[in-house]
Amino acid sequence: MVQDEQKKWDIVIEPRSGLFRLDLEEVWRYRDLLVMYIRRDIVTFYKQTVLGPLWFVIQPLLTTVMFMFVFGGIAGISTDGLPQPLFYMAGLLCWNYFSECLSRCSDTFNANQNVFGKVYFPRLVVPLSIVISCMIKMGIQFGLFVLIYIYYLGNGYSLMVNGYAWLAPLLLLMLAGLGLGFGLLISSLTTKYRDLRFLITFGVQLWMYATPVIYPLSVMRQSHEQYMWLIVANPLTSIIETFKFGFLGVGTFSWFHLGYTLVFTVVVMLWGMMTFNRVQRSFMDVI
Amino acid sequence: MGKIAIEFQNISKQYALGSIGTGTLSRDLNRWWARIRGKEDPYLRIGEENDRSKKAMGNLVWALKDINFHVEEGEVLGIIGKNGAGKSTLLKILSRVTSPTTGCIRARGRIASLLEVGTGFHPEMTGRENIYMNGSIMGMTKAEITRKLDEIVAFAGVEKYIDTPVKRYSSGMTVRLGFAIAAHLEPEILVVDEVLAVGDAEFQKKAIGKMQDVAKGEGRTVLFVSHNMAAVRSLCTKGICLENGTVVYQGTVHSAIDYYLKEKGTVRESKIIDHVGWTKNSLHIDSIEINGTECAFSVIQGGQTFLTVKIQGYSEEDMMYDVMLVLKSRAEVPYATYAPGHYYGSISHLSKGDFCIEKRIELPPVLSKGVLQVDLFIHHPMVEYYLKAVRCCWLECEGFQSGFGHALTQTSNGFIGLEDIKV
Repeated sequence: MVQDEQKKWDIVIEPRSGLFRLDLEEVWRYRDLLVMYIRRDIVTFYKQTVLGPLWFVIQPLLTTVMFMFVFGGIAGISTDGLPQPLFYMAGLLCWNYFSECLSRCSDTFNANQNVFGKVYFPRLVVPLSIVISCMIKMGIQFGLFVLIYIYYLGNGYSLMVNGYAWLAPLLLLMLAGLGLGFGLLISSLTTKYRDLRFLITFGVQLWMYATPVIYPLSVMRQSHEQYMWLIVANPLTSIIETFKFGFLGVGTFSWFHLGYTLVFTVVVMLWGMMTFNRVQRSFMDVI
Repeated sequence: MGKIAIEFQNISKQYALGSIGTGTLSRDLNRWWARIRGKEDPYLRIGEENDRSKKAMGNLVWALKDINFHVEEGEVLGIIGKNGAGKSTLLKILSRVTSPTTGCIRARGRIASLLEVGTGFHPEMTGRENIYMNGSIMGMTKAEITRKLDEIVAFAGVEKYIDTPVKRYSSGMTVRLGFAIAAHLEPEILVVDEVLAVGDAEFQKKAIGKMQDVAKGEGRTVLFVSHNMAAVRSLCTKGICLENGTVVYQGTVHSAIDYYLKEKGTVRESKIIDHVGWTKNSLHIDSIEINGTECAFSVIQGGQTFLTVKIQGYSEEDMMYDVMLVLKSRAEVPYATYAPGHYYGSISHLSKGDFCIEKRIELPPVLSKGVLQVDLFIHHPMVEYYLKAVRCCWLECEGFQSGFGHALTQTSNGFIGLEDIKV
């Protein structure tokens, strides 16, 4: 009887929703909005620029050149015998995607408080759209990676693309999940404790150095054995190493580490979404 | 009795006073600890009301307290109340921008709110792109928007600029576009908060017409919050009156408005004489009557052609005087002035002792609906003031059934000069 009564209502507004109610159906109902947000993200990125979408590739290209100069040239860090552009590009592709997801998701409430303060729609749409639009940018950058790859193949390098490259979609999803999960957590906490916003900007930078982006894991093992646990505990390590292993044939791969990252990702993502869902209901009173 | 569209059950909303950022971590931990042990929230105090004039007992305050009512399908409900009565908080909770502290709202169908128009416009995107963006934020699907695109564009009157980035729009165009999108939503329940104040006169007329269509023609449930009693009266069927976060009256729209105007605290119950700001020391006022009553609030019935003013008192000296009356809108825009002293230099003599000044002032024949605010002065033009009573009285004009907007039409030379009735 009570159940019947409940069913007749389309909307029920209550003080506190269950911890595990993620309302993913509702997000699905608002999928058109998701598409709009993604489109807006990409289109407005290059409006009124001369080079337009080219900017998507210029940025990682220049960073790669910079890395070649500083880390490869001056510091002389090994790249496991790989051509430097390919090595740095592979690391940057993954890292940039993750860090962009993280820093932009973590600003969700802050950047959208105007819209959030006036209309209701599932707030999760915004961070999801960020993750997806960044994925599209990453796809374009991956195209650049492939071009460089083909160039080196043509010049007689023997690059060992292997079966593990098929893991790439999974790696991408894991990066997305980690970026989203951490981003949501931080974004929920920043509504109340603004300190985290300062932490995030340089925290992401520091994090990069704890991830094998500019150095191969093997180098770390040889020179700084005592810090290996930290690098291995970093969930991003195995993602980037697997990516390099699959496409370039060099690196460290272990199912165990990848499994650890997968579990880590799922936990962080669920935790992030739950926290986010709780905070979104009343963040307007706090922010 | 029709089907219930929305039901409010014990809705309360609590806010913390003062700065939220400081010292809350400890309170958060306390609260969290209490919840873990299954106890009640230690900071949820019962029984305190949101009376802003008194200093609150703790630093938490109830913006809404135990709101209970329901709205039937197809009903147009006006929500009225003073500033700070909790109207906007209620709408915010209903449109799910914030959540209630206690209680529960149940509703049938989609809820869309027009709390603010043009939400989420991106300046770099074209009008067309923004219509899609804004429409989907409001909960429309892409197909629905495509179907209504032409109608929206025509309603906003931006056909020419539809493929221009919104940052190049004038502010009026932006607002019109925003309202046009909102007006073409098709939710079962529409929440409207004072959006009629956008755009120029022509657009306002269009907007109100659209609102009436939605409310009357299309049979949707509408919740309407406004301080404009005329708009509430003509759009709504039912009304509720909020005060300090509680429902103090609910009923038909007319009785709710009457209740509100009567109970509107100090202003509605006060006498005109209470609003006299300054008098010359030698002048003592016993009573002031405007429109036949000492009450600061009265009604000008449709068809009433004159306004009476009666001032009684005692003067310690002989003086030359004239009475001046300014009728203004709520927004302090002067509509009409009665000042024969300024117009014609007609000044009267008041001898020492008791006096009784009486005036019958002609009202313009076409008074439309609205509230007029009155300033009253006794002065010797260009020489000195004897009495100043700014905002001493409010006159609600009933006007004609279809009338809206300004209470008096302005003439070319600024405002209307009012005359004595020639007997």
